[in-house]
Parts: sequence; C-alpha cells; structure tokens
Amino acid sequence: MAKNTKKTEAPAAAPQAPAEPAGKPAGGLFGYAPAPESPAAAGDIASSYGHFIGGQFVDSSGSEALKTVNPATEQVLAEFARGTAEDVDRAVAAARAAFTDWSALPGSERAKYLFRIARIIQERSRELAVLESIDNGKPIRETRDVDLPLVAAHFFYYAGWADKLDFAGYGPNPKPLGVAGQVIPWNFPLLMLAWKIAPALATGNTVVLKPAETTPLTALRFAEICRQAGLPKGVVNIVTGDGSTGAALTAHPDVNKVAFTGSTPVGRAIAKQVAGTRKKLSLELGGKAANIVFDDAPIDQAVEGIVNGIFFNQGHVCCAGSRLLVQESVQDELLDALKRRMGTLRVGDPLDKNTDIGAINSAEQLARITALTDAGEAEGAERWSPACELPGTGFWFRPTLFTGVSQAHRIAQEEIFGPVLSVLTFRTPDEAVAKANNTPYGLSAGIWTEKGSRILWTASRLRAGVVWANTFNKFDPTSPFGGYKESGYGREGGRHGLEAYLDV
Amino acid sequence: MSTLAANAPGVAGSGLEDVAASEASLRRFLHGLPGVDQVGLEARAATLGTRSIKTTAKAYAIDLAISMIDLTTLEGADTVGKVRALCTKGRTPDPTDPTTPRVAAICVYPDMVATAKAALRGTDIQVASVATAFPAGRAALPVKLADTADAVAAGADEIDMVIDRGAFLSGRYLDVYNEIVAVKEACRRPDGSYAHLKVIFETGELQTYDNVRRVSWLAMLAGADFIKTSTGKVAVNATPPVTLLMLEAVRDFRAATGVQVGVKPAGGIKTTKDAMKYLVMVNETLGDDWLSPHWFRFGASSLLNDLLMQRQKLTTGRYSGPDYVTVD
Amino acid sequence: MSDVVSRLDVLKTYKLYVGGKFPRSESGRVYEVTDAKGEWLANAPLGTRKDARDAVVAARAAVKGWSGTTAYNRGQVLYRVAEMLQGRREQFAAEVALSEGVGAKKAAALVDAAIDRWVWYAGWTDKVAQIAGGANPVAGPFFNLSTPEPTGVVGIVAPQAGYGHSLLGLVSVIAPAVATGNTVVVAAAADAPLPALSLGEVLATSDVPGGVVNILSGRTADIAPTLASHQDVNALDLTGAIAADGPGAAGGLEALAADTLKRVIRPEPDPFAQDWTNAPGTDRLLSFLETKTVWHPMGI
Repeated sequence: MAKNTKKTEAPAAAPQAPAEPAGKPAGGLFGYAPAPESPAAAGDIASSYGHFIGGQFVDSSGSEALKTVNPATEQVLAEFARGTAEDVDRAVAAARAAFTDWSALPGSERAKYLFRIARIIQERSRELAVLESIDNGKPIRETRDVDLPLVAAHFFYYAGWADKLDFAGYGPNPKPLGVAGQVIPWNFPLLMLAWKIAPALATGNTVVLKPAETTPLTALRFAEICRQAGLPKGVVNIVTGDGSTGAALTAHPDVNKVAFTGSTPVGRAIAKQVAGTRKKLSLELGGKAANIVFDDAPIDQAVEGIVNGIFFNQGHVCCAGSRLLVQESVQDELLDALKRRMGTLRVGDPLDKNTDIGAINSAEQLARITALTDAGEAEGAERWSPACELPGTGFWFRPTLFTGVSQAHRIAQEEIFGPVLSVLTFRTPDEAVAKANNTPYGLSAGIWTEKGSRILWTASRLRAGVVWANTFNKFDPTSPFGGYKESGYGREGGRHGLEAYLDV
Repeated sequence: MSTLAANAPGVAGSGLEDVAASEASLRRFLHGLPGVDQVGLEARAATLGTRSIKTTAKAYAIDLAISMIDLTTLEGADTVGKVRALCTKGRTPDPTDPTTPRVAAICVYPDMVATAKAALRGTDIQVASVATAFPAGRAALPVKLADTADAVAAGADEIDMVIDRGAFLSGRYLDVYNEIVAVKEACRRPDGSYAHLKVIFETGELQTYDNVRRVSWLAMLAGADFIKTSTGKVAVNATPPVTLLMLEAVRDFRAATGVQVGVKPAGGIKTTKDAMKYLVMVNETLGDDWLSPHWFRFGASSLLNDLLMQRQKLTTGRYSGPDYVTVD
Repeated sequence: MSDVVSRLDVLKTYKLYVGGKFPRSESGRVYEVTDAKGEWLANAPLGTRKDARDAVVAARAAVKGWSGTTAYNRGQVLYRVAEMLQGRREQFAAEVALSEGVGAKKAAALVDAAIDRWVWYAGWTDKVAQIAGGANPVAGPFFNLSTPEPTGVVGIVAPQAGYGHSLLGLVSVIAPAVATGNTVVVAAAADAPLPALSLGEVLATSDVPGGVVNILSGRTADIAPTLASHQDVNALDLTGAIAADGPGAAGGLEALAADTLKRVIRPEPDPFAQDWTNAPGTDRLLSFLETKTVWHPMGI
C-alpha cells in the first residue's frame, strides 16, 4: 500500500461544529494529569529487617546490613540483614525440623494452608502491589494487573494439587524431597517467590528462600502472611542477603533441592556446585528470545505484542522478546508502526497509574544496559528512541530500538535485560527458524502469522521452552515455564512443575 | 460500474483509484488488508481502559466529550415537542452553568430535520439525520436515495446512512460501495456543497473484526466523511475494541491517501467512565488531530447527563444526582 | 426484669432453589419432614414435574456462562462455597444430626468433610484438563490435542442412603459435576431434604451464578422420571435412585435416559452400605465430560 504522508486538510464539507473547549492541559491536547497511587498503601516499612526463621523475625548472626532503595527516587527504603552462613544454617535447621510434620500432614490440610495464603494475598493485593512497585521500580499498572493476580493464582493452583498428587502422573503417593533452598531474582520478586514456594509446599517440602538483594521487601511481607495463615513454624523461612548468602544456601549440605532463577553464569556455577551431591536442581536462567513476525501477521496486534514482549517490566524479563525477527517484505511497514507506538509509551513514576515503563531496578543494571547499548552503537547498529522526558533522579532508560542488527552483534547475542529491542530480518521461514535458534539460550519465542499451520510448523522447530503465537509474555499457573539449552532445566507451573519438588 | 467510483474524493494519487474498478479488485483489496487478532485487539482496548483520568485531564475530557455528542432521539414515538426539547438541551446542556459546552449535533429521523433545524437556528449545532431506511436499511435504492435527499432538502447538515449488511455479508462488496457512492451523491445540495456523510456499519451484525476492518476501508474508499459503529438498535452496539479497530483504520487510511475520516461510536455509551475510555483510545491511537468534534463523535443520549453530573462534581466537590440535571 | 421470658423461635420456611431464586413449589404443596425418630421437623416443598421442568430451563440457561468461565474462576467460586459453608457449620451440623440420626460430633465431622469436599473439587477445576486431556502423537504432520469439555445439564438423584448422605453425599455428587462446567438439577433426598434446601442458601451467597445448581425437594418418583426423560438433559446421576421398583427405580430411569443417550451413573450395588466419607477419587469428576480432539496441520 502506497505511503502518503501529505498534510491533511479538512474536507470541504466538514461541518462547522463548535470550537473545542478551552483549558487544555499541557502536553498534547489531552495530557493525563498525574494519577499517583498512594505510597502509604504499601503499609509500614520498617527501618531495618532481619530474617524470618522458624516462624519468627530474627536478627542476623552477623552485623552487616544491606540497603534497599526505591529505584525511582534513589531513596533508601530499609536496611536488611546480609545473611551469613550461620543464618542459613539456622534457617535450614528450622526447615528440616518442620519437614517431618509438614510432609506427614494429609495433603488436604496442606492444601488448606495454601488456599489461605492465596486468599490473604488477594485481600492484601493492593498493599503488596504498591510495595512491590516501590521496591522494584516496576509500574503499578503491572504489579496491580499482572504480578499480584498471578501470585495469588499460583498459590491457588498449587493448593489444589496438594491432595491430588496421586493423580499427577508420578505414580502413587509421590514423596517430597525435604528442604528446598530457593534463590530468586529481582525482576518479579513476589511472583518468583510464588513460583518457588507454592509447588514446594504443595508437595510437602519445606523451604528456605533468599530474595534478591535489591528487592527483599515483599518476601519479608510474605512472611507476615504466612503467620496470618497460621502456617506451621519453619515451613517457610526467608533469609535475606546477597550472592554470598545465596551461595551458602545452595551449598548447604542439608538442602535436598536447589531451585534458582537468575542469570546463566550463576546458574552454571550452582550446577557445578551441586555436581556430585544428591541435590535435585532446577534452573530458570537467561534468554534472548526471538519474536518472529511473518508478512501475513495481524500487524496492529503484532506491534502490541512486540511492545509487550520487550518493554513489559522495563525489559527485565528473562523471556523478553529481545530479538525482533521480521520478514523483509513487511519490515518498513512494521517498523513505522512500531516506532509510532513506542512514541506513546509513558515512562516515569512507577506509582502513577498511567505509567507504562517504570524505573530500571538498580544503578548496576542501568550501567549494564548502557554498556551493551553503547556496544551496539559502536558495532554499527542504528539506534532509535522516542522523545521522552526522564525524571531527574532515579534509574531510567528510554525504550530503545536497534535496526541493522546482525546475529554477530553483541546486542543480538547477549541478554541485555532492559528495554532494548534488536531488529533483524529474514526472508524465508527456514531462515527465521535458523536465526531464532542461533543462540545458546532457549527460553521462549514468539510467532506472528495469521496462518495456523505455519504457527505449528515454526513452533515445532524452535528450540525454546515456551512459544507464544500471536501473543507474548503470557503466564498462567497451569502452564509449564522453563527453558531449553543454557536457559536452564526443569519446569515451573502446571502439572510439570510438581516434578521439580517430588522424589520421582 | 465504476463511474460513480470516480467521484470518491481524496483517493486520487494514492494508488487506490482502481480498487473499486470491479467486484474482483475490490474483494482482492479488502481481503488483502492485514488480519485482526481478536484476543490481541481486545486486550489492547482493555489496557487503554485502565488509564486513570483525573483532575484537570478529567475536566478537559468531560468538556470535550460533551462537545462531541450527537444528541440523539430515534424513536417511533418522537414528536415535534420531543425534538424541540432535545434541541434546547443540546444548546444549554446545563442551564445552571453557562460555561458548559454545547453538543456537536442533534440526531433525528428525516421528518424531524426541519423541526430541529428551526429549533437550533442561531447556533452552530449541526442537525444530523439518519437515512437510507434506518435502521435495517432494507429498502430499494431509490427509496434510500429519496430518504437521503429529503433530509438534505429539509436542511440536514449531516446524514447518517446504514450500509446493506446483507450485501456485505454475502460478499457483494461492490454493491455496498456503489450504494455509499450514490448516497453521497444524494447528499449534494443545489449549491454544490455536500451534507456530511456518516456511514453506519452495524458492527454487531458483522461480528468479526476482519469484517469491521474491511468495511471501514470500503466506506472510506467510497467517500465516507465519518465511519460509525452502530444504529443503537441491535443487541451489540459500540464497543471499545470495535472502535479501536476503526480508529486504526482511519489512521491507516490517512497514511495511505492523505484523507482524514472521522469516527463515531454509537449506542451503549452511557457513562463518563465509558466516554473517557473512548477518548483515551482516540488520544493514544490518533492523537491531537482527531481530538475534536470535527473528527470524533459520540452517538448517545443518556451519556450527556452523566457527563453533566460528573462536571458538577468536579466543580462542587459533591456527587450530583439525577434530580440535578434536566431530563429531555 | 430479672425473669427470663421464654422466647419463641422463628422457624424457617424451606423453599426450592431454582435459577438462583427461592420459589415455593409450583404445586403449592408441601410434605412433612421428620427426624430419625419420626418427630416433625419442617415442611418441605413438594416439587413437581413442572418444578423439574423449570429447573432444567434454568440449568440450560446457565450452561453457556458457567462452562465459559475460566477454570480458575470456577475454582474460586467453589472455594467460596466452602468458605460460606464453614460459616454456617453449626446450622448444618444440627440439620445433619436430625436428618440422619447421628450424634452431634459425628454430624459436625460430616459437615467438615462436606466443606473439605468443596475444597477438593475447587482444586480440580483447573487440573482436570491436565489429567483427562493431552497432546496425541499422531503419525503425520499434525498437531493433535484432546481436551475435556462439560457435557451440559446433568440431572442428579441425590443420595438417599449411606453414611453422610444428606449433606456430604449431596455435595459429593453436585461438586464434581459443576467443577467441570456442567450445570445440575438435583432431586434432594426425599426423606432428608433440609440440608439440601439449606445448601441452596449457601450457594446463593457464594458467587455461584443462578441456575448452575438447582435443588428440588419432593418425591423421587415424581422428579426423577421427568429428568430422565427430559430431552434437554444431557446426563443423569442415579446415585439416589434406590427404589427397588416403580417410577423411581434406577433401571427404568436408565431406560428412559437411553432415549436421548444420556450419560448415566448407576447407583451403588448396596447404597445403604455406602460411606460418603471415603476419598472420592476422580470417577465422578470424569463422568460428565466429553473429550474433544482437534487436528491441525503443521506446514509452512
């Protein structure tokens, strides 16, 4: 279709309708006034936190404290303990002590604890959404509409499995593993907690969980919820800290199961660490997903899917669609539409209900994104961002598009974990599949075409654990999630997610 | 049968002149438009529906929405008195507050055009008339053209025609196209100017979003000044996703031809909250160029009073009630 | 003021539960409900064939919405039933004790088990497709997936015998049918209908859409044949059809059901020996499902 951008004039027959009303707000005719969620809704944030061990909030054996900051303001929210090996030891011991009774409970009783937790999360979802947004920097629209509903749903789903394990396809009366050591990332703090804790508890394990060092607050709030639900002491233990704390946990000899979500290098180190032990391991690691757009794609929805694929959660998503593979015949049309759409993204205050892209989680992550995008430019890719004002304080990064990218570029190979999209092209379905698979990662992929058989053909050839067709970044507790190749092993979610916590 | 097609305005020079040269070419073109994924479209509309419009933005949007209303009465029981009362309401929506904007138009049946025209004398409020055997459109073409010409002769500024959904659903696209072209011609006044033509699709009867995209292009190619969702007389009327899709269609049509076309969702939009969602869609899909009564209208009646109550709330800080807005 | 004036209790008028409302029987008639010792407890509506017909209409109307809601949402609703039932535990314990002639402690345990049974089925809504469906590795370039779908309207003759039949047994037949997206018309235990009629009040306050569960009291011999022969009923659970002969007997009802090839659950060989506290398994859950298999080619 011919492109024609000539200036439009009102047709001669345009009616003489009344003049537009006066008093337009600034920023286009219809600029949205600030619509901030109240930070007070997050509830009281203590000035300092210890761990949650054996049903109690306890001080660390060490004296080192870490600080968690609001990445949108750089203000310190709270101090929290840097868990020591001794702290980890206490927590594992508490979990071990609780394991006997917890695993012996009838499944129907374990189920009811998890149902209680699910319901309390639903009740307190606004509080948790605001707290998550403050601690993480992600927009309230996402914590409210995505994270929290999924967190509650995940507990609800696995609650139902607790008394149905005989029917899960793992043989009669499958047994739990024991104590699970779980280490989670900062991009979806509470959701990753749910993905770890819900199946572990449903199957009769007890857990020690270490939240990420930049986002400990919702995990500590979750500990309160465990108490409200009357969960037996020691079934859930939260030990805060940094990488050294996580390493102490995954290395602990009395841990039977290690579950880790995070970067591929750390996952690889953990895999080496547990080698030769009897520990069961599941890893959900990095990704460099291809989002493949064929020329017969539903174009407007593909644009939305691309935007959702890479700019959702500031691109801090392991399964983000960070490589756009577009068929050459629709490249121009698609990129025009994509740029136009990117121009409407609203970057800013995470607590504003109209914000689409919030703050980058940490100065460290911002530096990494900056370094990789600089490398992209240096390697000759063409960089584009829409004009948008960024706040003066806090950690921010404009939604960014690179065109002219080839598979040889670092921005096509390395996980950026930020709002940065690399655009590559292809000519045939075979080429699309070859390029999509040309990465050590294999977590997810996207396919956009109106032709059903092509979706299934392409999906069957992609080496990725999750393939979205004509949609992207969809999650559901019933649907298994996890990667091929260096994106990790094991699945979380669905019936398959039980296997990681059962002795089968 | 392409002589009428040559009259379609604005398409010249866009490469789309010959699209309606034959049934086959028109079908090829319409079926070559990108598909619409229902789930994705509806998700996008729902997400835009979560925008939070507060304080100054809300005040602006409420006044804008009032100014975009085609205040409508389309009842078998309509009388001269009813239409006059509605015109008064349109001129002074809130008698207690003269800063309240006027509505864009009064929308009536053809036989009420003269009454409305007289009642609105001295204002710039438009008189819109439905025509072409509204709402079913089941009449012979000469009857539809006479219906249209009659309304234009009585002074209608705008004509809201209905397409032949039966023809569209049975794949006779060129018949639909030619009928729009003919009705457009019937909108011509003796002085050579044209009454503004709004083309109603009755999207609730077309059912699929692919159909809505196709019919939008068909109508715009045939010379529609506005594309409109619904008559308000069937079970499913304007919805956010259908309207979003039509907004995308006018955006793409302007990019392809340079011709700007307006959009009018009609039926079922009753609350300020609804209206805000539509304005957010216009804002984020089309931007400033369409944020005016020239290019976007609401076909509504009860919506006006809800907007007025919300307007009073913003002014006074108290919630208003139906006893404090006029019923006409 | 010190004298305690004896206060007269307010007795409840028991009503049917149809289409989310509480009508009296279309017949305008009631029958006496007595306890295990024959003492009068209450009058129950005498549901008729016309009540059964109205209930089927309500159940049919509810199929589209209920089967179309997400499995997750259905699970939430069923769990809500458990929450509401928990809050009325004492009332039900009293009704069960009177209906079945068991002691207060046993009655309370039966109510607890009924609450837990709702929880059990609440957890099944979004899992049944994962154990009853799946991808089929057909020999060819095809994607082939089987998924279970609800069969539609299920007529249920509720348990009339066995330990815990009046509430636990009732829940054990209703919950699996609705968990998978069916809607039901239930003929309550004729001799012990009070827990069933009260359950209607719980369902009405539990986010269960009107018409999903419809509960009728009355003579099994009136209601059951109407359901068995009704052409707009898709399946029949004859668990409580324990009459040896006559219009309420299982064999005859199954024969009626055969006219429209309804799916049928037969009563246990010895219904009186049935212990409703036993773990339910998945039999009933899988009984009222249709398996749909979709083929789609895979190619460029």
